[in-house]
Amino acid sequence: MSTDTLATAASTGAAGADAVVELEDVVRVYPGHPPVRALRGLSLRIDRGELVGIVGPSGAGKSTLLHILGTLDQADSGTVHIDGHDVGAMNDRQLSALRAHRIGFVFQQFFLNPGVSALDNVADGLLYTGAPLARRRRRARTTLERVGLGNRMHHRTNELSGGQRQRVAVARAVAGRPSMLLADEPTGALDSASGAGVLDLLHELHSAGTTVVVITPDHDVADSLPRQVHILDGRIEHDERRTR
Amino acid sequence: MTGPKPNGRAGAPTPSRLRPRDVLRVAASGLRARPLRAVLSALGIAVGIAAMVAVVGISASSREEVTEQLEALGTNLLTVAPGQTLGGQQATLPEGSVDMVARVGPVTSVSAVGEVDASVYRSAEIEETHTNGLTVLATRTDLLDTVGGTVSSGRWLDDALAGYPTVVLGANAAERLGVSRTDGTVSVWLGDEWFTVVGTLDPVPLAPELDSAVLIGWPAAMEVLGFDGAPTTIYERSPESAVAAVRDVLPATVNPSSPEEVTVSRPSDALAAQAATDETLTTLLLALGGVALLVGGIGVANTMVIAVLERRSEIGLRRALGATRAHVRRQFLGESVLLAGLGGVGGAVLGGGLTAAFASTRGWPLALPAWVLAAAAGATIVVGALAGAYPAARAARMSPTTALSAP
Repeated sequence: MSTDTLATAASTGAAGADAVVELEDVVRVYPGHPPVRALRGLSLRIDRGELVGIVGPSGAGKSTLLHILGTLDQADSGTVHIDGHDVGAMNDRQLSALRAHRIGFVFQQFFLNPGVSALDNVADGLLYTGAPLARRRRRARTTLERVGLGNRMHHRTNELSGGQRQRVAVARAVAGRPSMLLADEPTGALDSASGAGVLDLLHELHSAGTTVVVITPDHDVADSLPRQVHILDGRIEHDERRTR
Repeated sequence: MTGPKPNGRAGAPTPSRLRPRDVLRVAASGLRARPLRAVLSALGIAVGIAAMVAVVGISASSREEVTEQLEALGTNLLTVAPGQTLGGQQATLPEGSVDMVARVGPVTSVSAVGEVDASVYRSAEIEETHTNGLTVLATRTDLLDTVGGTVSSGRWLDDALAGYPTVVLGANAAERLGVSRTDGTVSVWLGDEWFTVVGTLDPVPLAPELDSAVLIGWPAAMEVLGFDGAPTTIYERSPESAVAAVRDVLPATVNPSSPEEVTVSRPSDALAAQAATDETLTTLLLALGGVALLVGGIGVANTMVIAVLERRSEIGLRRALGATRAHVRRQFLGESVLLAGLGGVGGAVLGGGLTAAFASTRGWPLALPAWVLAAAAGATIVVGALAGAYPAARAARMSPTTALSAP
């Protein structure tokens, strides 16, 4: 199984020079009766510049994995390195700094501020970097142009279509040029045409060098990605790369 | 495999930072999203602040009015009256005491009245017991200048009139006797004589005892009513700087043989004391305003608790964008302070308006001390911070994953 070879590679550190994500034997258990073992010793390595799909049915542990990758949640055991940092040893301020500068999030529900222009929604992606407003807006403008919404900048997001909204959300996530873009079911709330458009955008970002991790229950979405990590019951079932 | 990678971006990321100006922007945008709710909760604070500002403003304006009045009347008037003898009897002032006071160096003017044992009636038919509580005072003609009184209608006693049965009525006396004509056609029954009314006075703030008195000339009192010529109250003015010194020497001057039988008082003190007694009421009203402010603060806290519950996904998103717990706490604390501040500004304007309106209906000067506005601003910041502390702490404590999975 390729999982084992990857885990071995990560632990030896032989090819660790360019890893954005290194998970080793990560366990996450939610307390309760009975306790929910969401991740049961999962190891995963994602290199800089990869476009990876994390696929699995609901309840497989995808969301937990996304939270661990996004440093929003901590592993109960095992080690997590994001962009070279040992997440388990970091405090709230350090983790927030990592999220502000190195990780971009895209959510299924977009989470945009409806009464505010697309431009300011994207600019808010840089809010916690401490950049002044003018610079945030400048950055937001170029990023919106990059995702093909240069002509919708001053529209409020509730005046945009679903596909356009998710493009705004993607722009917000990549405006700070993060080391990794985490997309949680980015096409889940979209019709197939808009979904395909958003996927094309992720492909574009990938070919421009961004590391993208897409979490999806949809095999069709996953099939379009160069690498697919299938997870089931908190473990990696198989990890396949499509060679082009 | 631990430790930072030798890759260019692997150094520790710059800490998250939320500029102070952005705290304000974020807080304001939170309020703008629900304007009606913001206005209603700010209104609670506004009512409390308006009440407190108005109470302090109105009482300050009233004090200002008294101060202006005192300035106009002068605070240098002293009155000398007989006290009690050692045996507990009512003392009297010696006959020549007025002249003796006049000889005290700094004294600029002096006058006196003497109580006459007589009663005054509108006509001879009225029963003797119906005196209306009026006193009859033998009056020196220089009295009006010394006490700062003014004639309301008719004329004041002069040296000629003082020898004849003529009378000038104090403001209350004129009202109680029902006399308004002062053209010499109206007389009152005084002692066993008709006295012609030649004038009435305006109220005399520094000598209110004159308001319910009828004043007759000194010679007339002696000739017609058998007045013994002993003054019962001496009025005296001296320069402001000498008042204390004059006050000390007056008893011995007036009655060298038994100075302890003389009481000296300063009528302006009574007016000032009256203004001071209002402060108890002011404090009570201020406390009531404070209760209103407290209730307003509870309203803000309630609004903030609901806002935190409603905006869980926003909190989760902000955490994902790199907000620290402190940033989230600051955002909601800022929102709460801003909300209270909004109410505070509204309340200060409202309270100032109330004060101005009240003062203008009373004809008072408008006095709104700057410290009141500063205190109002301080109070709203404290109330906002207290009201927001718990909701903000709750928002900050929320785990990003539960916040994001909120519906």
